[in-house]
Amino acid sequence: MAADQVLDCSGLNCPLPVLRTKKAVDAMTSGQVLQMISTDPGSQNDITAWCKRTNNTLLGATAEGGKFIFSIKKS
Amino acid sequence: MSTKMTIIATKGTLDWAYPPFILGSTAAALDFDVTIFFTFYGLTLLKKEITAQVSPLGNPAMPMKMPIGPKWFRNITWNIPNFVQSLVPGYEALATTLMKKTISNVGVASVTELRSLCMEAGVKMMACQMTVDLFGFDKSEFIDGIEFVGASSYLDIASEAQINLFT
Repeated sequence: MAADQVLDCSGLNCPLPVLRTKKAVDAMTSGQVLQMISTDPGSQNDITAWCKRTNNTLLGATAEGGKFIFSIKKS
Repeated sequence: MSTKMTIIATKGTLDWAYPPFILGSTAAALDFDVTIFFTFYGLTLLKKEITAQVSPLGNPAMPMKMPIGPKWFRNITWNIPNFVQSLVPGYEALATTLMKKTISNVGVASVTELRSLCMEAGVKMMACQMTVDLFGFDKSEFIDGIEFVGASSYLDIASEAQINLFT
């Protein structure tokens, strides 16, 4: 699925990737997809937890070459 | 109804400034309703300019590593004897500078940035009025948008929160 918006959080550490993701998703409309790129290994669990608590859908998470890429669909 | 969380921030050193602001801003991102009560030394974290320093003296768990130079050099843990730490003028200022450099190297936000993110996300900041009087502070020394309250006001909010933390 193509993302409606891409957010690059490379180089940022906890809790900034989650805070930036929250801000970006808040500005989007329901059903839109955000692609978030992070280099913080902790964001793998943190983004999953954030999606769970905020009822947004984590469509997919992949890791390649030290980068973690998340697709988040706004509820 | 959203989850309510409160944090009591009692410490004003650079290392201890992080837990309340990290947990507060993250909880707000999870849509929690967050209140932080700043008391005793923690109150200084609400000053317009945060001047928090870190002290390695009497803090044996703090890893002393250099944030500059080649990797092998950065990996060295420096065991500085307590008597040196206490005698060298400016030792804490140096340790604080090195800590801030490390913080920026690993992409961790500054305390001031995290505090702004908390304010932006609607985290309620409460200052302990008794501490203001105790330390002879003036209200004009503090940032805008905070409330000056006492223990009862904090406890009233805490009694309705699911998560109450002490830092």
